[in-house]
Amino acid sequence: MAESQIKNFNINFGPQHPAAHGVLRLVLEMDGEVIERADPHIGLLHRGTEKLIEHKTYVQSVGYFDRLDYSSPQNQEHAFALATEKLLGIEAPARGQAIRVLYAEIGRLLNHLMNICAFAMDVGAMTPMLWGFEHREKLMEFCERACGARMHMHYFRPGGVAMDVPQQLLDDIYEWCPSFLQIVDDMETLLTENRIFKQRTVDIGVINAEQCQDWGFTGANLRASGVAWDLRKAQPYDGYEKYDFQIPVGTNGDCYDRYLIRMLEMRESVKIIRQAIENMPIGPAKSIDHKITPPSRSDMKHSMEALIHHFKLYTEGFKVPAGETYCAVEAPKGEFAVYLVSDGTNKPYRCKIRAPGFASLQATEFISKGHMLADVVANIGSVDVVFGEIDR
Amino acid sequence: MDQALKELGGYIRDTLGESVVDVTVRLGELAVSIRRDDLLKVMKFLKDDANCQFLTLLDVCGVDYPDDDERFEIVYHMLSMTHNNRIRIKLRTDEDTPVESVTSLFSAANWWEREVWDMFGVAFTDHPDLRRILTDYGFEGHPLRKDFPLTGYVEVRYDDEQKRIVYEPVKLTQEFRSFDFLSPWEGVQRMLPGDEKAEDAAEEETK
Repeated sequence: MAESQIKNFNINFGPQHPAAHGVLRLVLEMDGEVIERADPHIGLLHRGTEKLIEHKTYVQSVGYFDRLDYSSPQNQEHAFALATEKLLGIEAPARGQAIRVLYAEIGRLLNHLMNICAFAMDVGAMTPMLWGFEHREKLMEFCERACGARMHMHYFRPGGVAMDVPQQLLDDIYEWCPSFLQIVDDMETLLTENRIFKQRTVDIGVINAEQCQDWGFTGANLRASGVAWDLRKAQPYDGYEKYDFQIPVGTNGDCYDRYLIRMLEMRESVKIIRQAIENMPIGPAKSIDHKITPPSRSDMKHSMEALIHHFKLYTEGFKVPAGETYCAVEAPKGEFAVYLVSDGTNKPYRCKIRAPGFASLQATEFISKGHMLADVVANIGSVDVVFGEIDR
Repeated sequence: MDQALKELGGYIRDTLGESVVDVTVRLGELAVSIRRDDLLKVMKFLKDDANCQFLTLLDVCGVDYPDDDERFEIVYHMLSMTHNNRIRIKLRTDEDTPVESVTSLFSAANWWEREVWDMFGVAFTDHPDLRRILTDYGFEGHPLRKDFPLTGYVEVRYDDEQKRIVYEPVKLTQEFRSFDFLSPWEGVQRMLPGDEKAEDAAEEETK
């Protein structure tokens, strides 16, 4: 029999594949079942966020940040609020900062729950999704009780948070913590020592510390490769230095380690949530400078000045001194940052959004090369990508 | 913090000499403007030097200043986990002049440079794969340029007769409105209108 020529073939993975986590179109060049080349085509969810922000005032821009990484909206707002505050030269009051920390950690739980459950489903485990999303719903109720919206909170504003939280809500979150730790334990019994799960994830998509830095990895993906780097510790913002928590660090940098890191991070987040509620300062939740934050409704009924402030704030907005800043927060997916350039008017001149998922997805080809087709699904799931923030 | 950044900025300026155009520390952030042609040299130094160790390239982006001669500013943000430092590298270019790609030093630069190309139309030399990244297949124009309209030029719809997607020029049912809320009222001006004449007269007198 003559030796036959075997040709590589291309397959299109996505954009409507459930394991593509949204709208990823991945063009794979396969040699049999082994990946030779992976070319992610992104941009199918591109909405021109950065261009739109250039045409909106600073307060109007906050809403766009919710719609970037829609699994943890408040963490995106956080970066924008900090960047604007830095340019304005103000700081949120202590209570505002503590509420932001509290909700940023709730955002982390929201994100990690979504990621771990979806990742587990991608590699064949159905139950974590059902259990995890029940608790995700409870977290969203906490968001709704704070600001009225389940997902797109529009809550972290320059100068603090949109409105104060009632004590009852804080008590309820505190009471909920143990039941959540229980569900984390339950999920671990399902996954951590599960033979099938381990076969699908251990030693898959390995990336070492140097390669991580080369590819611009941050957050849990970087820590899974053994680099102890977390902005909440290294460059603390909003009083993170006052909280007592650990940074879990992995050793192998494979899919399994990335999963373990997220599991441990959820436990640490619960610690922070408890501390934030226990030590919740008393005082205003947003800056009392009404040139930047709106006055209360009742003030507007009596004070002419408050009424003028309200009117000016919702038409003209506030002017931000000219300058530029790069403000980063430790979002659940990694370093989420806003590079804000102001020209002294009421609208940002340029607002570049640095999305952690962009860097993680970029390395897909690097970490998938030589793996099987089924491992690509595990890789995409484990690096935690959401197309809202990648496509912007 | 500021002092340490100033020292680092001074060190970079001393070592790189003419490649560095300007070093500023504002709001606790170190920004270094460099000459366009020396980009690779500067980046290599920042990555390898023991005092810098900026091993992670976090972001590459463009900013458009249409009134300037070299209208585009390309901005690189780098992070050193060893020294817990950040640095911002800036350089200027125009529509026609390409910038050297830094993909040989940082793999992460690949997609960000593609994004800058897509959004601003600044080309990068020696880039392995300079295609559009975020916009549609076959898109024309560079959306983040200041002269690109917010509404764009084409809109997309599914045509039921042709059974395919069609592209048409944008038709707005309502004219695009851009409100100028910037109020001229800034309270009491320091100088009253007409006062500048008095100053001129005083200057002439001293002469």
